[in-house]
Amino acid sequence: MMLDAAGWEALRLSLLVGVTATAFALPLAIWVAWLLARGEFWGKAALNALVHLPLVLPPVVTGYLLLIAFGRTGPIGIFLEETIGLVLAFRWTGAVLASIVMGFPLMVRAIRLAIEAVDPKLEQAARTLGAPGHAVFRTVTLPLILPGILAGGVMGFAKAIGEFGATITFVANIPGETQTLPSAIYALLQVPGGEDTAISLVIWACILALSAVVLSEWLARRVAARIAGA
Amino acid sequence: MTLSVALQHNQGAFCLDVAFDAGPGVTALFGRSGAGKTTIVNAVAGLLRPDTAHITLDGVTFNDTATFLPAHKRRVGYVFQDARLFPHLTVAQNLDYALRFGARPRGRDRIIEMLGIGDLLARRPATLSGGEKQRVALGRALLADPRLLLMDEPLAALDGPRKAEILPYLDRLKTESAVPILYVSHAVEEVARLADHMVLLTDGKVVRHGPLMDVMADPAAVPLLGVREAGAVLRATVEAHGDDGLSTLRVAAGPLQLMGVEAPVGAEIRLRVLAQDVLLSLEHPTGLSAQNILPVTILAIKSGDGPGAAIALDAAGDTLLARVTSRAVASMDLAPGKSVFAVIKATSIAQTAISGGVISGAKPAP
Repeated sequence: MMLDAAGWEALRLSLLVGVTATAFALPLAIWVAWLLARGEFWGKAALNALVHLPLVLPPVVTGYLLLIAFGRTGPIGIFLEETIGLVLAFRWTGAVLASIVMGFPLMVRAIRLAIEAVDPKLEQAARTLGAPGHAVFRTVTLPLILPGILAGGVMGFAKAIGEFGATITFVANIPGETQTLPSAIYALLQVPGGEDTAISLVIWACILALSAVVLSEWLARRVAARIAGA
Repeated sequence: MTLSVALQHNQGAFCLDVAFDAGPGVTALFGRSGAGKTTIVNAVAGLLRPDTAHITLDGVTFNDTATFLPAHKRRVGYVFQDARLFPHLTVAQNLDYALRFGARPRGRDRIIEMLGIGDLLARRPATLSGGEKQRVALGRALLADPRLLLMDEPLAALDGPRKAEILPYLDRLKTESAVPILYVSHAVEEVARLADHMVLLTDGKVVRHGPLMDVMADPAAVPLLGVREAGAVLRATVEAHGDDGLSTLRVAAGPLQLMGVEAPVGAEIRLRVLAQDVLLSLEHPTGLSAQNILPVTILAIKSGDGPGAAIALDAAGDTLLARVTSRAVASMDLAPGKSVFAVIKATSIAQTAISGGVISGAKPAP
């Protein structure tokens, strides 16, 4: 269970990447899930395919594509560095991006299912009571899909903590900068005598993942009970 | 207040093409399932955009070739068949929902009192009975301060006792609220009780339209309403309550004896006399157990497709409907202008309130 400084650093970095990725991805995932569940527009099938692509592509491929697009010589990478001074390649911010991309389909899926479970008749009723479209979403749809958002958020968070393939391809494995839990475990297993520390990290990974699941279950239950009423 | 509706809408093979006006009071949209009733109210609410439409309410254009006013800007209250209460909100929060969007909280306490939902305010929709849900839904629609109230079969999902629980509240709503109502139903009894005007729909077309009592007394409307359900609706005044449980009601043509009338003496109520339970006699009948006999004049005879004929009768200004066989029409030599006697089998009289006291479960005299 005890970790050395590098181990703690990997744990801290994983949490930072997980929380940041979830915070940025969740609003976008809610919007995209709503588009896919309720929207009718040209290119919906293409958007759906694009969102789900990281789920079926080898993570290394996704990571490499990110490197091409968001690297320091990639078109988006150059643009971001010149306009807002944001560098992604081989930085922890790049690990966040990789986690967002990899976790996004899981988030969208959970939230989309929740939105599809909301009876559109309730949204119609809200409109007849004077609620404009955005208010219908805020006051009716959003509260009713909260369990789905929680589930999606936890999935995305767990994915961010565990993301390995795309992350290591895009931002490498730099201790203190991009070495997250799985990268650290992988690195430890490559050197003789690293197993002891690796085991500690593995236990921590399990604790984190389990706590996330238990917490989300508990929250989802509370929210569901509040919605069902008693 | 006038709602003016003209719309065409194609849904697959079904073609809706209707035009009608609805004034103050309750206008019933009556027709079988699939006649297009819900499509019409959805178009009026702005939940559906018809192929072509011209819909105005008091000069405000909801829908024409150039305009489609979104649902949330129409201020049209809608009570659905399924109450559609927001499950994550309490009853009070459901009631006050429209206030978030600028509705003025007019008469909140009065509406809550009228619907008898004061004790439910802290509860969640999931814990309410069907009848309670529908009352809250009605309150929620009224608290949005609507210019027009749409009710789409608000009782259809409820069983008999629950229906009986809600109807008195609808009676009160009708008398206490100035909001005009468009009421969708396929139940003649509800329509006869509540409506002032009636729009009869068949296969997406308006086939009859007018004051309720005129449409209900139209012999040509009998097949549209169903031969068992057809029957005139009359105004009657409660004249006396006898010690034997029989009450005397006065209609234009004379007194009628009924049992189980609960409205106070002097109250004006509605009587529904089913066409199939009115017998005709050429002479004043004697030695009959039926006590309710009125002198009438035949106005019109409408032969049906089957062996029956519907006959409209003038009873001192009221119109009654009778359903007899075509054979009887021939053998009795019945024709417009002929004076006969209508024997009303009193089991046939269903009563509904026009205003004031509410009558439920009243039984006619045997």
